[in-house]
Amino acid sequence: MVVESARDDAPAGVDAQQLRRTLFGLSGVDQVGAHARAAALATRSIKKDAKVWALRRAVQMIDLTTLEGADTPGKVRALCAKAQRPDPADPTVPPVAAVCVYPDLVETAVTALRGSPVAVASVATAFPSGRASPATRLADVGDAVAAGAGEIDMVIDRGAFLVGRFNRVYDEITAVKAACGPARLKVILETGELSTLDNVRRASWLALSAGADFIKTSTGKVSPAATPAVALVMLEAVRDFADRTGQQRGVKLAGGIRAAKEAVRYLVMVKEVAGEDWLTPDLFRLGASSLLNDLLMQLTKECTGVYSGPDYFTLD
Amino acid sequence: MTTWEYAPAPESRDTAGLRSSYGMFIDGAFTGGAATFKSVNPADEEVLAEVAEAGPADVDRAVTAARTAYDRFWSKLPGRERAKYIFRIARLIQERARELAVLESLDNGKPIKESRDVDIPLAAAHFFYYAGWADKLEYAGLGPGPRPLGVAGQVIPWNFPLLMASWKLAPALATGNTCILKPAETTPLTALVLADICRQADLPPGVVNVLPGAGATGQALVEHPGIDKVAFTGSTAVGKEILRKIAGTPKSVTLELGGKAANIIFDDAPIDQAVEGIVNGIFFNQGHVCCAGSRLLLQESIADEVISSLKRRLKTLRLGDPLDKNTDIGAINSAEQLARIVELTDAGDAAGATRWSPECALPDRGYWFAPTVFTDVSQSHRIAREEIFGPVLSVLTFRTPAEAVDKANNTPYGLSAGIWTDKGSRILWMAQRMRAGVVWANTFNRFDPTSPFGGYQESGFGREGGRHGLAAYCAH
Repeated sequence: MVVESARDDAPAGVDAQQLRRTLFGLSGVDQVGAHARAAALATRSIKKDAKVWALRRAVQMIDLTTLEGADTPGKVRALCAKAQRPDPADPTVPPVAAVCVYPDLVETAVTALRGSPVAVASVATAFPSGRASPATRLADVGDAVAAGAGEIDMVIDRGAFLVGRFNRVYDEITAVKAACGPARLKVILETGELSTLDNVRRASWLALSAGADFIKTSTGKVSPAATPAVALVMLEAVRDFADRTGQQRGVKLAGGIRAAKEAVRYLVMVKEVAGEDWLTPDLFRLGASSLLNDLLMQLTKECTGVYSGPDYFTLD
Repeated sequence: MTTWEYAPAPESRDTAGLRSSYGMFIDGAFTGGAATFKSVNPADEEVLAEVAEAGPADVDRAVTAARTAYDRFWSKLPGRERAKYIFRIARLIQERARELAVLESLDNGKPIKESRDVDIPLAAAHFFYYAGWADKLEYAGLGPGPRPLGVAGQVIPWNFPLLMASWKLAPALATGNTCILKPAETTPLTALVLADICRQADLPPGVVNVLPGAGATGQALVEHPGIDKVAFTGSTAVGKEILRKIAGTPKSVTLELGGKAANIIFDDAPIDQAVEGIVNGIFFNQGHVCCAGSRLLLQESIADEVISSLKRRLKTLRLGDPLDKNTDIGAINSAEQLARIVELTDAGDAAGATRWSPECALPDRGYWFAPTVFTDVSQSHRIAREEIFGPVLSVLTFRTPAEAVDKANNTPYGLSAGIWTDKGSRILWMAQRMRAGVVWANTFNRFDPTSPFGGYQESGFGREGGRHGLAAYCAH
């Protein structure tokens, strides 16, 4: 079975037929039902202590991200400063989980974050489209790891997935995993391009079987990005994978999450679908940038009772 | 805090506008009665209010008022004019939605998220829907010139107090009947607010009358010679009694009675959504639902997987204060109903079925029952045959679609059924063979005013909702 062989360094070239049978043997996802469940979870009312806990935990789960063509070392250094101490006015606010940048800026980030608990994550494999030769994609990973990235966010070849060449996607993930060495691997499914929830479930299972430490929704460059229904299906996948193998893997939601309220709703979903175990930055991340300031604003409001204006929070 | 506990998020009780006493509503006015009874909050056993109890003399007065309103005004009013009143009632329900939701949760014990998101919006939707029919009855396929029946006596249960009142009143008013509604003795309050809404909507006196009371009041109403139609929702035993009483009279009757629905899960079903459907099927409204999916039929090849997923899911259900916005399971409506649930579940133990409940602390006061799943259940067990009307699921298994059909239909009831499979052709094959008034495919307990609802056999006859719901209140 694919799942079991995944961690035994199975020889490259997974049995294509067996992989297909495994993925098509997964229980289907009823779209209407999945949306209804996601909507029902969104009605949870999180108040007072529970809200403060969730806001602080969400800060700790953020991969603070800048992925622009216009990124510069200066911009990355500013982001790293923010990552370590998000709210200059409140030292009790914890640092975020990681800073996420393009490979050529990993070195800058590593230098800026030396001695801090904040990890450096890098997108790689010809992010965001993934449309480059396998050799180029792997070289991209090698660069980022060599520069000191502790986490690699790769993109899968959605084209290969959509035409049913699952073994190609699988082999590529295992190759990237090998190239990562000790770095943790997040596999971006780009669910906005996979389109159906059945595909999301299959791609999640494929990536987990191939050795992904995290499955991640999106690059942030395609709309829709993270949606409640997609998050639900991915959390169910890691839960079921843990049931089947005993291994707990993570989920990262990225793209379009800007409001603290959304982040809290996703934490509710993590708690009630995957379980309390997943309420840690080791197993759940939010890829975001503007979300952080809204979390800080809500935290300040919970402590002081009043909303302060955006000028009281730093723009980086 | 190592684990994340949700802080209490209670809806304010003051919103309910609770008063210490409520009168009955006859001929457009609230009046006291010779006797009163107490309505109790099932979550803490506190008395909510004293309510006037309608006796035979009050029933007489209400019938006279309804007859007068019918003869002089309501039956002569053009449909489009009736519609204006009904639309007005629908809008007022929406305007007073929060008040009604909180009051419903106080009086019934159901979680506020259900009264807020299901009961009250659906009640308003029913009035909106039937208001639209009032001037189109000629085109409803009921034959030329459908005529109202006259005065309708309507007796409703305690599980969806306002929603059941709406299911009864909206089609009756749209077709030109006048109504006397008898809410259940444990949940009279929202029906009385609905009476106030009728007054607020300037509905002419006597068109709607509300008579709170217990079984005796219902009996006096049903047996009164001055009514033309009996509509009853409640237990099969009382339904049979009503039929005996009105046999030989010219009264029309529709009955919506009990159920023991099968929720059938095939091995190709979307499992996570099916588990949600099972939960929604039997734990929605504490299982106080006549069409509840109380018998789970699992294909043997996936039985263990589904049961373990279901148990994991049930551990996340939150039982407690009905007014807390995060409560999933509220209180059992009455001590009497709790005793019935306890009796039947004890019978399940005695018959050798295996009982399981998630760890769940029950409040000290009030009437509570933890969500319960029985496995190793046989068709012959009482818990597989009798309606428990509580948060209790009986799990049975099957091997083939034909066996699923046989087991699902092997019940004196026939109100609803659920089918879970990814295969469209199997849904149709199964649905044709289900002896049930409502068949849900890949969902459960979904209601809409446009969709008819009703049963087979001991689940009663007649349909409520949709175009079919008009037929129950028209001479044809």
